[in-house]
Amino acid sequence: MFDLEKEFLYDLNKEVKTGTTVMAVTFKDGVIIAADSRTSSGSYAVNRVTDKLTPVHDQIYCLRSGSAADTQIISSYVSYYTNMFSIEEGSQPTVKKAAHMFREFLYQNKQYLHAAIICAGWDPIDGGSVYSLPLGGSIVKQPFATGGSGSTYLYGYCDMNFKENMTEEEAEKFVTYGITEAIARDGGSGGIVRKAIIDKNGVRRKTVYGNKLKKFWEK
Amino acid sequence: MSGIGTGYDLYPTTFSPDGRIFQVEYAHKAVENSSTAIGLCCKDGVVFGIEKIILSKMLVEGTNRRVFSVGEHIGIATAGLTADGRRIVQNARQEAKNYENFTSDIIPIHVLTERLSIYVQVFTLYNYIRPFGCSLMIGSYDEEKGPSLYCIEPDSVALGFYGCAIGKGKQEAKTEISKLKLSEMTCKDAVKEIAKILIKTVHDETKEKEMELEMSWICKETKGKHKLVPKKLIEEAVEWVKGQENEED
Repeated sequence: MFDLEKEFLYDLNKEVKTGTTVMAVTFKDGVIIAADSRTSSGSYAVNRVTDKLTPVHDQIYCLRSGSAADTQIISSYVSYYTNMFSIEEGSQPTVKKAAHMFREFLYQNKQYLHAAIICAGWDPIDGGSVYSLPLGGSIVKQPFATGGSGSTYLYGYCDMNFKENMTEEEAEKFVTYGITEAIARDGGSGGIVRKAIIDKNGVRRKTVYGNKLKKFWEK
Repeated sequence: MSGIGTGYDLYPTTFSPDGRIFQVEYAHKAVENSSTAIGLCCKDGVVFGIEKIILSKMLVEGTNRRVFSVGEHIGIATAGLTADGRRIVQNARQEAKNYENFTSDIIPIHVLTERLSIYVQVFTLYNYIRPFGCSLMIGSYDEEKGPSLYCIEPDSVALGFYGCAIGKGKQEAKTEISKLKLSEMTCKDAVKEIAKILIKTVHDETKEKEMELEMSWICKETKGKHKLVPKKLIEEAVEWVKGQENEED
């Protein structure tokens, strides 16, 4: 029998996922990270201005995709531990350390979690670094990384346009256009483009609003 | 039998009227009964030397170890109840391994020292477990930060040293150590100097039996790994000490 209420509430009872497109890329002086701003529950956009750029430490950020609850709690734990360690050791944590802590949580709890993280930032030892931590709990250091449902539309774009040691301007364009394209093609991604530039001077956050997003081939 | 602490010295949970915890002080006495151990922080590394009294000719050389490795890059030398020392080293190894698994970095020596200090302190709080009856010297060498040497006593106080001695002959040893120019000394020279202090100054040939030298180091030469000093070097050092004796006579 057709139950109007059950059908209507079906979407809202679905798990909240960050449909998502996220990107992180190393450039000459550090890293630039960028993300879309849609959090969806089924086909309902729960939050159309989400901030997926989550700080873990002063100069270490993470980009979250998959279950919103899972990624939020894990980044909260890693943030706690990096802060504790940096106080204990009296030195700035490396991105490598934070990324490996993410890995430990993701791998040891892999049966319960649906979470993929990109951990990116700047530290005085390795400079700008990007670590990709996909679903199973593996860890791999990369010059750039993409994640989320929208990233499937960016493999070609990234492979063709990425260069090592880009300038800040080039790198910023690279990520902004990337996210814009993914938003255009992926139903799970949308809203605005949030960016952060992390280098030795700290973090600079930028936003590109919907009406300012460049329009690529559109009929 | 009355001592100074009578009445206030049964448990670590009692302070004496002048603010002392006698059980912890008695733990220090246990360390002072043991044979001497020396640690020197040189230009290019840290060297440990231990005077081991040979209790019986039936004992194999090198048995009853008093230096231990924690991870590859940290060495610990003990004085006092060796079994207590081994317990703390086991804890240290766990800490180091957990840190490495979690963060993928090797544990910095000052972090390990702090954690062991906290661990030792716990045993000075309760009346059903006794304080550890041993002191530890913890040493490491890092390319960037250079050599580091810490000493943890039974009361859990951990201090950083350039040169340190624990055990029976620590007073005489410390006097000799203070005469050395440690910042200009290499580890190879330190091996000789430690041998000299242990054989000549600390060891009493009339009172005690024969001694064996156990030495280990973490230095540039060992690429920052904790290793036993090669037997040949120790033998050369002993020869050198004997030569010095003849010169002075």
